[in-house]
Formats: sequence, structure tokens, C-alpha cells
Amino acid sequence: MRRALAAYARNPAALLGAVLVLMVLGMGLAAPLLFPQDPLGLAGRPLQWPGANPRFPLGTDPSGRDIMAQLFHGARVSLLIGFVATLVASAIGIAIGAVAGFYGGWVDTLLMRVTEAFQTLPNFLLLLVLVAVFGSHINTVTIAIGLVSWPPVARLTRAEFLTLRTREFVSAARVQGLGDIHLMLREVLPNALPPVIVYASVVMAVAILLESALAFLQLSDPNVPSWGNLIGLGRNVLRVEWYVSAIPGVAILLTILGVSLMGQGLNDALNPRITGK
Amino acid sequence: MSLLAIEDLTVALPKGADRQHALTRVSLSIEAGEILCVVGESGSGKSVTATTIMRLMAPGVRVESGRVMLGETDLASLPDEALRRLRGSRIAMVFQEPMTALNPLMAVGDQLAEMWRTHTELAADAIAARSLAALKEVALPDPEGALRAYPHELSGGQRQRVMIAMALALEPELLICDEPTTALDVTTQAQILTLIRELQQRRGTAVLFITHDFGVVAEIADRVAVMQQGVVVEQGSAEQVLTAPVHEYTRRLLAAVPGLRAPPPREISPEAVLEISNLQKTYRPAGIFRRRRAARALDGVSVTLRRGSTLGIVGESGSGKSTLARCAVGLLGFDGGEIRIAGSPLPRARQAAAHLVQMVFQDPYASLNPRRKVGDQVAQGPIAAGTARAQAMAEAAELFALVGLEPSALTRFPHEFSGGQRQRIGIARALAMKPEVLVADEPVSALDVSVQAQVLELLRGLQARLGLSILFITHDLRVAAQLCDEVAVMQNGLVVEAGTIGQVFEHPSHAYTQSLLAAVPGRGMLGG
Repeated sequence: MRRALAAYARNPAALLGAVLVLMVLGMGLAAPLLFPQDPLGLAGRPLQWPGANPRFPLGTDPSGRDIMAQLFHGARVSLLIGFVATLVASAIGIAIGAVAGFYGGWVDTLLMRVTEAFQTLPNFLLLLVLVAVFGSHINTVTIAIGLVSWPPVARLTRAEFLTLRTREFVSAARVQGLGDIHLMLREVLPNALPPVIVYASVVMAVAILLESALAFLQLSDPNVPSWGNLIGLGRNVLRVEWYVSAIPGVAILLTILGVSLMGQGLNDALNPRITGK
Repeated sequence: MSLLAIEDLTVALPKGADRQHALTRVSLSIEAGEILCVVGESGSGKSVTATTIMRLMAPGVRVESGRVMLGETDLASLPDEALRRLRGSRIAMVFQEPMTALNPLMAVGDQLAEMWRTHTELAADAIAARSLAALKEVALPDPEGALRAYPHELSGGQRQRVMIAMALALEPELLICDEPTTALDVTTQAQILTLIRELQQRRGTAVLFITHDFGVVAEIADRVAVMQQGVVVEQGSAEQVLTAPVHEYTRRLLAAVPGLRAPPPREISPEAVLEISNLQKTYRPAGIFRRRRAARALDGVSVTLRRGSTLGIVGESGSGKSTLARCAVGLLGFDGGEIRIAGSPLPRARQAAAHLVQMVFQDPYASLNPRRKVGDQVAQGPIAAGTARAQAMAEAAELFALVGLEPSALTRFPHEFSGGQRQRIGIARALAMKPEVLVADEPVSALDVSVQAQVLELLRGLQARLGLSILFITHDLRVAAQLCDEVAVMQNGLVVEAGTIGQVFEHPSHAYTQSLLAAVPGRGMLGG
């Protein structure tokens, strides 16, 4: 673990990723302190350009709300959505992948066909259906994003379990009389986790993007100040007051860049063959 | 002048390695037409010597000082591109693992032809003729067919023959063999050693032969260099080094080579603790499209292990000996026959079977979970069986002392231990369940010869103290002779010969047993 941390710290791109993610995290944490008022409340004259009014350094949106305040509060929403959706997707994906890979045979065949059924549907379409059926409250949206993102996690976990379950230390635990649950959770899972953790960063980035895309179509929860909602609001004034969409767009870009760089850095740090170089 | 002269070669390891230099002022020379064996244990620097000549070192390993003279050329200071032209044409190499040294997606003939396509201007039909001649020379059966074959269609020995044909394709002056027979069965090994010897004499090639096995050294070497920790501690003619070693380390290594002669027979209890009768096991390919045919691994095997004794199961790969071991501990189901332990059939329930039979695995690096403390791994069996955690850990500590480890090592992770220590942990883990029968599947074959001797000594001592009954699977007849009271020789899923070890090894009656014994390397010089 210490070796992996040291390897991570030697990688400048990975450090940049960590700095970006920490910045967004910091924005989210500081939001209620810096902007105690409701970010969705009316703050001033609509569509003021950034810098035009010292009270609104990043200007105001078409409804006269402070973009800077929305950006800070939006950081919380975006990170929370990314994090929770990733947790949901990882939990489902790891559970299905672990059972399929550990038992093999018809259990594997069945679970993988189900996984493929999910994979053949474009996940954004599936997300639209789920939101259309279950409504667009922020909790529903987050869980729905998790529900459409698990298949790759399941496939990855299954592949790891398939190779690890034949290893001698798993056989040794089996001969010691330990049950399947122990074998899966204590012997195989800890060894299967590193690539899954790395992939979770991809899931997180995609989850943030999916929410933004939903919000852009004005299908996400309008009652939370998410970056996607802000972009959606700017859509109607895109040709003149482009900054309304561009500012949260840049925020999303940097967040996803940060998460991806972190994932890549984790991949390099957790992979002993690359660390050796 | 020597064909290859390594002069004062010092090779540095990357920072953070276990020592600063892989090689320290190594000087070796090989004359044309001579076989020099470099012998040593793992970490001795023998493979680094080979890879440094070819400049195939692992990343971060670099030459610090010294020269590698091939004739008039210093290989250590040659530019990469010039060295690349020498590889294959003047120096060639045969690797250890014939399974991975060939490209699985290319036909053997195409891989062989690459040698001439890369290094010469020969026309396609001339190359084809030479490929065929090369395969004929290494005595492959059906050389025309082998040219079209893909690597997976050949056996390990056949692949190694192809590798040798490739290496010798351009008539190099120097052939480097890095443990070329380690992955092979003993009879195949004997054939490959003879082949290398013959080709080398016919062509006058110089051979640098890296090995850990003194038996192989005795078979093939003209001269021997013994390495320890990156230093050549002794070199001389094979005869001199093997029969009158000067350096203390060489003596120790040679003393650790087990003899083939079995110790005098012990009193064995007549009580059978493990009875395997008429056991059958067929591997059937899974899936709807059964393209591969079913493989018969055990074809009616019957053996009996007596209480407090050791029964050796010897045979080559594919003989079914590992399948037998896995069936005996319940890791594999079987199709027919019966396994009885202490009078009753082996139970299907994992928990119940765990108290009757335990296993020591082959690979000390793969048989411990790298992410869990070793103490937990030893104690988890008893804990799952209902022992209180504190008591299980206390028992684990006692077992650690018993197998020669510090009880404080319980809280450490596997990577902090050497191979021999890990195998001790594996033995402690098996003993923690207090089993009736211990099944050991090649427990020392991945270890250096001196460590091997220690682990065998440990097993012998434990057997004397605890009255263990051991089913001992091995391909190495020397190891079997050290430990076993009785032995069963397996071939193609059948026991072809069984009896007390003295009787089988001294008066083998079956032709297969005779060929196995004849193929044990180094019988002449190291003694039977």
C-alpha cells in the first residue's frame, strides 16, 4: 500500500488529477460558507456578464441567479451524484461479477446473458426510460445512473474472479474447510479489487456526464443547483450569453479530467508490473 | 584466445533491490567447442550473466564496468543496432519456458524462417529448404508437419527442439542456454541434453549453459563456474568441481543434492490410513460445442498409504499424479472408485474432509494469499471449524515454532518471506487442522536445492514427531528417495509399478520405471 502511494506521488499527471478533484471537493465544502443564501434564489439583474458587476464575479444566469454560487453548490451535487452512483454501480457489478466468476458454469452463463442484455441497451436511453417512469428527483436520478452503469464492472470483476479462483491459495482455503462466502470475500475479492477500483473512476466520470446530459435535456431535478441544470438554462441564450453554459461546462471538463487522471494514476500505482519501471 | 571473454563485469541493479550489484567483477571465458555451465541458486546472478551478454536485461539493470568480449568486439559497449545484428547470427539463446518462447499465433515454420529473412538475403525456397533441414537436425518426428504446426500442437520437448533449431539456424559461434530443460520432464530433459551435446560437437559451437541443477551439470558440462550472490566462487573442469570442490559453498550445494539411494527401510505400521481403490477421473470439456475430446486422467488407480509412513507418487507431467492428489483432498470430484480415509469414505462436506486430509501446495508464491497476514491464513481453518480465535492463534504460534519460524511472524504478510519460509507456512497451515493424512503436491520442486533439503528434513522430522502419514507427489526421483517409504510409479493414469522404495529403485521391473531412473541426470558423476 505504501509502495502504491509512493508510486502515485511520483506521477505528475496523477497528482494533477488529485489536485483537481480536491479543488472540486473544496468548492463543495466551502459552498455553504461562501454562499449561505439559496443559490437558486433571485440575486440580481439577469444575464450580467462576468466581471460586469463586482457582486457577481461570474455573472448571472437568465433567471438572475448568481452563477458563482451555483457553481460552488453544484460541485457538491455533481460529486455526490458521481460518488453515490458509482457506489450503486460497483455494488451491483461486483456482486454479480463475483458470483458469476466464482461459480462459473450455468450460473455464469445466466448472469452474463443478463449483463449483456443490459449492455445492448444504450445506457442513456435506459436512463431516460427510468427517469421517465420513476420521476426526476435527485435521488431517483442518482440511483438510476448507478443502475445503468454496472455491466462493465460486473464483466471486469468476473474476469478477475475467473483467474483468481483457480489460484492455489484459494484451493488451500477450500481444503481448510472454509465456505464459499469466505472464499469469495476474504480470499478472492481483495485480490480482484485493484482493477475494479480503477474502473470505478471511469464510472464516476461517466455518472457526472450522464447527469449533466439529463439536466441539459431538462430531465434532471430542477430543484438542485447542478452544473447540468445551469448548462440547460444557458441553452436558450447560447449564441449571445454563451458564458452561462461555458462556465459550468469548463467545471465539468476539469472535474472529469481530474477523476480520469486519478484513475489512470491509480492504475499505474496498483499495477506492480508498471511500478517496477 | 577465448571465443567469449567476460572481464571484470559488474552489473548494477536498480535502486531498492535487495543488493546493489547483480554481478560483482565476474570473469568467465568460453573456448570454441566448449560447454561452460554456470550453476547457482536463485539470486546468484547466473541468469543476469546470460541476459547481460545478449543485452536483454530487465529495465533498470545496467553494466557498471567491465567488458564482454566476443572475439574482438566488446558487446557491453556496442551500439544497440550493431548488437541487434549480432543476436541470432553470432550469439543465440534458448530460453527456459518453451511454452511462452514461441509466438502462439505463428506457424513454427514461419517463426523459423524469420531467422533467415531477417539476417540473410536468401530466396523464399532456399529458406524453406533450410527450415526443413534445421528441424530434421534437431530430430523432430515429422519435420514437414512440424513446419506447418502451431506451437500449441507440439509438446514441451518438441517446442524446445524448435527453439534450439531456431537458435542454431544461422550457425552462431555462441549458444546461450538459460535453464533450457528445467520445465521439461526428466526423460525429455535427457533427450534435449543429448541433442545439445551432439549439435555442439558436430558444429563446434561454444555453449554457455545456465542451470541450477547439478545433475544437469554432470551430464553436459566441460567446465563449471559456480556463482553465489553475483560472484563466481569457483570454476574449473566439471570433473574437478563436482568431485573435488574447493569452495565451501560448492561443497554445501553438492551435499544438498539428494542421492538416489533410499535409506534403509523403516518399520511401517500395517494399518492403512488412506486407501484409494480403482479411482477413475475423466476431464470432460465444458460447453455446448465439445470440440476437445475427453481426457482420461486416472484410469483405475489403486494405492494404499500406511499410517505414519510416506507414499511417493512419481511420474512425468500428464501421468495423473496431480489429479490423484486433488481427488484425495476433495478438490476434484471423481467418476468411479473409492477413497477411504481411516476406514470411512472421504466425506463430501468440506468441513468434515478438512479434519481428515490436508494439502501442501507446489508453488510457495501462489499458495498464500498476498493480501492477508500469514497467521490469519493458518488459523482460519480451525476458526471456521469452531475453535476460539485466541486459541487458534496460540496454536498457530506453536505450529510456527514447530516448522522453524518465529511465532512473531504471524502478523506479517507473505511477501516478507522467502520461498522456503513460505513453504514452511504452507506446512503449518496444513497441520493446523490436525489431519489424518497430509497430501504434498510437489512441495519442494519450486525451491533451490539447499532450501529443498531443509524442507525435506523438516517433513521427515515432523513425521517422526507427529506420526504423520504423507502422500507425496513428485516428479523428482532423487527427492522421492529421500523421504518415501513406499512408491507408486504412474504413467498415463495408471500405476505401472509399486513397492517399497528400495525395491522399486534398485530393481525396477517395469520398462517405464527403468527409463525414468536411467534419465535422472548426473547418475554417473554424482552417484546413484
